[in-house]
Amino acid sequence: MSIESKIASEKIVIIDYGAGNIQSIKFALERLGYEGILSHDAEEIKSADKVIFPGVGEASSAMRKLKSTGLDKLIPQLKQPVLGICLGMQLMCNRSEEGETEGLGIFDVDVVHFEKTLKVPHIGWNRIKDLKTDLFKGIKENEFVYLVHSFYAPVCSKTIAKCDYGVNYSSALKKDNFHGVQFHPEKSSSAGEKILENFLKI
Amino acid sequence: MLTKRIIPCLDIKDGRTVKGVNFISLRDAGDPVELAEAYSKSGADELVFLDISATEEKRKTLAELVRKVAATINIPFTVGGGISSVEDVDVLLQNGADKVAINSVAVKNPQLINELAAKFGKQCIVVAIDAKQVRDNWLVHLVGGKVPTEIDLFDWVKEVEERGAGEILFTSMDHDGTKAGFANKALAKISEMVSIPVIASGGAGSKDHFCDAFIKGKADAALAASVFHFKEIEIKDLKQKMKEKGIEVRL
Repeated sequence: MSIESKIASEKIVIIDYGAGNIQSIKFALERLGYEGILSHDAEEIKSADKVIFPGVGEASSAMRKLKSTGLDKLIPQLKQPVLGICLGMQLMCNRSEEGETEGLGIFDVDVVHFEKTLKVPHIGWNRIKDLKTDLFKGIKENEFVYLVHSFYAPVCSKTIAKCDYGVNYSSALKKDNFHGVQFHPEKSSSAGEKILENFLKI
Repeated sequence: MLTKRIIPCLDIKDGRTVKGVNFISLRDAGDPVELAEAYSKSGADELVFLDISATEEKRKTLAELVRKVAATINIPFTVGGGISSVEDVDVLLQNGADKVAINSVAVKNPQLINELAAKFGKQCIVVAIDAKQVRDNWLVHLVGGKVPTEIDLFDWVKEVEERGAGEILFTSMDHDGTKAGFANKALAKISEMVSIPVIASGGAGSKDHFCDAFIKGKADAALAASVFHFKEIEIKDLKQKMKEKGIEVRL
């Protein structure tokens, strides 16, 4: 495979606000033949064709980081396709029980903790189902994805994929240009790469 | 349903895999990146890299390796061995590791578990525990099982969970290397005590041993090295067997 021939002209910005393992997302893009730019600069983000909003860690401290840089105002106003991953998706919701923080309010749903009777974090490979929209084009029902999380967004009108861990919850959300996935596409083997590629082709 | 995970473990020394591997498909069986790729393609759910080198250059070599692995594979991986500070963890995560495993340092400085969980989130902090049965007690051992302590395994398990461990990797020194099965009784006790995932390690010799670790030992994941490296067990065959026994598995 010639890398040169595959590098797309799309400008993809991965929002870098000091939360989590963003290097893996950059590497996953490279494997698909795209270059990802890590940035927290408002102009750079606004000028991107696609924006990826990652996040690993704790919700309230991540939200504080977004506020201190003004990204909390910028992200909801973006017009290009945006993909929130894991905590990124959760922060795009109304609020989160984790650290009792408000979110960006893009998805009208509140993030809550898994039942205490379950092993938490929900770590490992689980199936996604009831797949909707082109984000899951070519992905079969009940495909396996890799997840690591203790909080979840319940099923709502914006749910485009579900996962079952004690409860059916939102494994992906979509509203207008905003997409969110609870799983890690960059760590979900070839299916995850396909989902990332689908997003890049929106 | 969440599936049970199968995790090959690679011992790394100065950037190379040691203990030997027998992958005829590889050009260089000592190259951890090539081996990692082979495992990710053969159905491994995760990988663990355990760095056993002790040179000055260690940290730099390990960070470079982590970067190469992260660039190559599309499944999660954990890095352990000689981590002693928040900075060490930061470097590994920045280079693309998904999780880190700490062992002896957690016993010497338990507060580090709290610090790491607070800074990076508990999901990426694996606390590895080596233990050995001494008369009727399971006692925690340090430095790869060489140095005994008076700490009771189950007390320690509870403490690391409370301090913010995201997963526990339990190795029975009595079973490690025997190929006679995992320490299922102790595993089951640990698994029932905590509400975080438990990874079983030490004793894998057959496919049935893995199934027992999940069914009798109630483990969430099982780790092994040589049975995979020497192709005594193919991951796909193992998972097929698990499925036949009604264990949820990614196939």
